[in-house]
Amino acid sequence: MTAILETTGLSIFFGGLKALDNVSLAVRPGEILSVIGPNGAGKTTLFNLISGVYQPSSGQVFLEGQDVTGQEPNKLAGMGLTRTFQNLQVFQTMTALENVMVGRHLHEKRNIVAHLLSLPSVRRQRVESREKAMECLARVDLEQYAHQPASALPYGALKRLEIARALALSPKVLLLDEPAAGCNPRETEEVDEIISEIAAGGMAVVLVEHDMRLVMKISNHILVLNFGRKLAEGNAASIAADPHVIEAYLGLEGDKGETGAVAE
Amino acid sequence: MNVFNTLRNIVENRASLILIGAMILVLPLLMTSSFQMRLAIVVWVYAMAVIGLNLLMGFAGQVSLGHAGFFGIGAYSVALGPSQLGLSPALSLPAGVAFCGILALVLGRPILRLKGHYLAVATLGLGMLVFMVLSNEVELTGGPDGMQVPRMAILGWKVKGTDTWYWITGIALIIGVWLALNLINSPTGLALRAIRDSEVAASVLGVDIAKYKVIVFSISACFASAAGGLLALYNGHVTPGLSDFLISVQMVTMVVLGGMGSIAGSLVGAALIIILPQFLTSLHEYEHAFLGLIMILTMIFMRSGIVPSIGNAIKRGRHDSNS
Repeated sequence: MTAILETTGLSIFFGGLKALDNVSLAVRPGEILSVIGPNGAGKTTLFNLISGVYQPSSGQVFLEGQDVTGQEPNKLAGMGLTRTFQNLQVFQTMTALENVMVGRHLHEKRNIVAHLLSLPSVRRQRVESREKAMECLARVDLEQYAHQPASALPYGALKRLEIARALALSPKVLLLDEPAAGCNPRETEEVDEIISEIAAGGMAVVLVEHDMRLVMKISNHILVLNFGRKLAEGNAASIAADPHVIEAYLGLEGDKGETGAVAE
Repeated sequence: MNVFNTLRNIVENRASLILIGAMILVLPLLMTSSFQMRLAIVVWVYAMAVIGLNLLMGFAGQVSLGHAGFFGIGAYSVALGPSQLGLSPALSLPAGVAFCGILALVLGRPILRLKGHYLAVATLGLGMLVFMVLSNEVELTGGPDGMQVPRMAILGWKVKGTDTWYWITGIALIIGVWLALNLINSPTGLALRAIRDSEVAASVLGVDIAKYKVIVFSISACFASAAGGLLALYNGHVTPGLSDFLISVQMVTMVVLGGMGSIAGSLVGAALIIILPQFLTSLHEYEHAFLGLIMILTMIFMRSGIVPSIGNAIKRGRHDSNS
């Protein structure tokens, strides 16, 4: 099967700083690609470039073989690519259900005049969107919060709410930026299950995550970034054994750094 | 149970529409003078413009300090339509609304790329530009003295009298409230709220931010111009003062005081700013100081505006008595 999302030589400069330098990757449908690396390695920048939030200085992004470099985020969403955010971007003044209903936006008829007149078709469609949004909330186990304002939800729930919102779009490619950050071990396990299920359904998932146990367990493929450059690439076993990776990120043997902390 | 829930949802969603409609119906029975009735007409008209502005400010989170410009264009369209184009006043009103809607679509594209203070200044300039044109194009607009508006006639029936105008503006307001509530409760309304809460999240979910900002700007311009047109038809004359910067500021004040994102709040805000000075006339030179003081106190003690603050207080009260 060919890759659904592919980048070639993606780079961006902020002033003199090369935040991302010549990064190429490819993901196939149903695959989970994890991007790991120390803080500041360029993981979120990579997401911003792929999802159209930033324009790359050079390099290209292909979605289903089509060059989509520099397309606006909403156009990319229309082609089936969406993402979640590391620093939460929840719609705070909405209920959890309304948050997810925004994800149905592209599946709804968007006739402003019909909306102004509240035609029966608009109301029918709203009922349908509500049901679909409810299903997405159920997939991340948040139905009980459906009618709560998002601002009242605990942190771990908000992380999953962003996943539900993205799922409502029924994307082909989903970029997840640290979905387990700040979650307790039980919540992390739930996130693990959710992501595995999503991929099993045929969606391509690109995951940025610091929880190494989660990454090693569910990834088909791992890409390691360091100082904006690709340091290594491969499956979980080869990455765990790669001496460069161990030195740069996993920590030297006996070092009780970040690995010790996240792996407990 | 399900039927009951559906009914309750409809009533809750339409509560402000029902309340405002009932008030417009009952108020004439309580009013004792035609002065009060005239005041009510002005309140209905301003409320309509403010509801439009609230769609822009309270839902999409964008500010406009130039909305009196659209108010003024709407007003002048019912004067210029008959004198320049030979349109009847009744036709000039929708024509002016359509013109404003299109103008806002065209001007909104570049202007709404700006954010926060920059957007405020750009819209401020837009309003001032309209004021300048209306004041200086003496041959066309009559300059600072303004111009006459011919009496409106619908199918040969001449519209006149304070009573008649009370009902026309009242019904126009109800239609405005209905349209605004429909929009808010539609996917468009949800998209607008999404833009206000997080532009980047809205865009990765497929919301075309630039398009929705321009659309809501245009809708709010239509509301303002319809209101301006009605006021001009009722008054029988127009002056450039209708598009003055101070009117724009007054409209923003009405939105914020009544409550951003609250349609009923828009009416309360408009009523307060228009009626309060009438009560304060006995204070003579201290009138404006007192009005300012009331506004400051309201904002300190009711930060989210009058209607949302009271609504929250009632909810909290209910919650306390339940637990």
